[in-house]
Amino acid sequence: MADVSARPAAAVKPGSKAARTFLDGVGRNNPVFVQILGICSTLAITNTVANTVVMCLGLVWATAMSNFSVSILRKWIPARVRMIVETLIIAVWVIVVDIALRAYLPDVSRQLGPYVGLIITNCIVMGRTEAFGLANPPGLSLLDGLASGLGYAYVLLIIAVVRELLGSGSLLGIRILGTWWTNWSIFVMAPGAFFLLAVLIWIVKGAILREEKK
Amino acid sequence: MTDWSSIGPLAVFIGAIFTNNILLTNFLGMCSFLAISREVKSSVGLGAAVVFVMGMTNALNWPIHYYILVPLNLTYLGYIVYIVVIAASVQLVEMVVERVSEPLYRALGIFLPLITVNCAVFGAVLFMFIRRYSFIASFAYGLGAGIGWALAIIAMAGMRQKIAKAKIPRGLEGPGIALITAGIMALAFLGFSGMIPAQ
Repeated sequence: MADVSARPAAAVKPGSKAARTFLDGVGRNNPVFVQILGICSTLAITNTVANTVVMCLGLVWATAMSNFSVSILRKWIPARVRMIVETLIIAVWVIVVDIALRAYLPDVSRQLGPYVGLIITNCIVMGRTEAFGLANPPGLSLLDGLASGLGYAYVLLIIAVVRELLGSGSLLGIRILGTWWTNWSIFVMAPGAFFLLAVLIWIVKGAILREEKK
Repeated sequence: MTDWSSIGPLAVFIGAIFTNNILLTNFLGMCSFLAISREVKSSVGLGAAVVFVMGMTNALNWPIHYYILVPLNLTYLGYIVYIVVIAASVQLVEMVVERVSEPLYRALGIFLPLITVNCAVFGAVLFMFIRRYSFIASFAYGLGAGIGWALAIIAMAGMRQKIAKAKIPRGLEGPGIALITAGIMALAFLGFSGMIPAQ
């Protein structure tokens, strides 16, 4: 996969590092499809669109802010204990999300259960701080965190839309498909999520393989 | 909502292994599941280490939460405390195993540091507080969830060794086929639901 990600995106003019950083996270280096990271929560909370949107916002926030703060502190973090320092920084930002959710959206917070807290151990957040935040200036790190978070978020949203539409016949809780539609309840349950993500990865990987052949 | 706190420890234990498998129904610990589950031998090692650490972190975090964080009104610091406890107990397990049993250390050694970032361990801790388990039930849940996770990853490794020899579409190779296999396993595990009456 190295040759794919090393090539700069065609639409960006060379030298614009910020734009390239952003496009990389959303497209060619997409954390879910290409790196297969952080799929725990991808699968667990995507059975309704509303929960997914909240979760995505929390994740984008946590990734961007942790990447930003790690980058600010990068000169003072000793290399030997950097993992635990990064984890603690991430934990602080996730706690902020958790408290905000409990205060303003108590119902969603209850439905998401432990998965908000589990953003801490989401490999994407950790991976970005480790791979990008530790080596780059704060502004660029913030952008990279945002892009990785958004790259993750839109995949989550695709999965959530398909699962809610086929599994419950609705979107955001509003019934879309008529009464003729028989709910595929398997899509609300665990196996559906596995199958759907596998198919999505298949499509994306197939496209990458075709492009390589050209 | 199910009243999780009224379920007995034995039912919690069995339920954590089969009906509420932490990997196949809660999707926790997927990253290492996909990365490690290529060989049966290393899966057994990692599985054993996870059972060990999960039982221990649940048993440690329970009293810390109820006897230190709740009386001091510090529950909002919970996540930080649990993570530190997990990291510390993994370190401790590593040192103890090294002293006590050299062969076990050599078998588990490389997997122990990986466990700190395994979301299944952290997930089990969060679930036991959300479901308000008693201390005994929490410990049983930790052990059961660990065993369930180990069971899933070992079974998966066995299947992936066979799949490696099969001919599959190129786009599906690697994570794709692993996810489909996991989906079929999750379907099979759905058959266990109803085994524990309270759910």
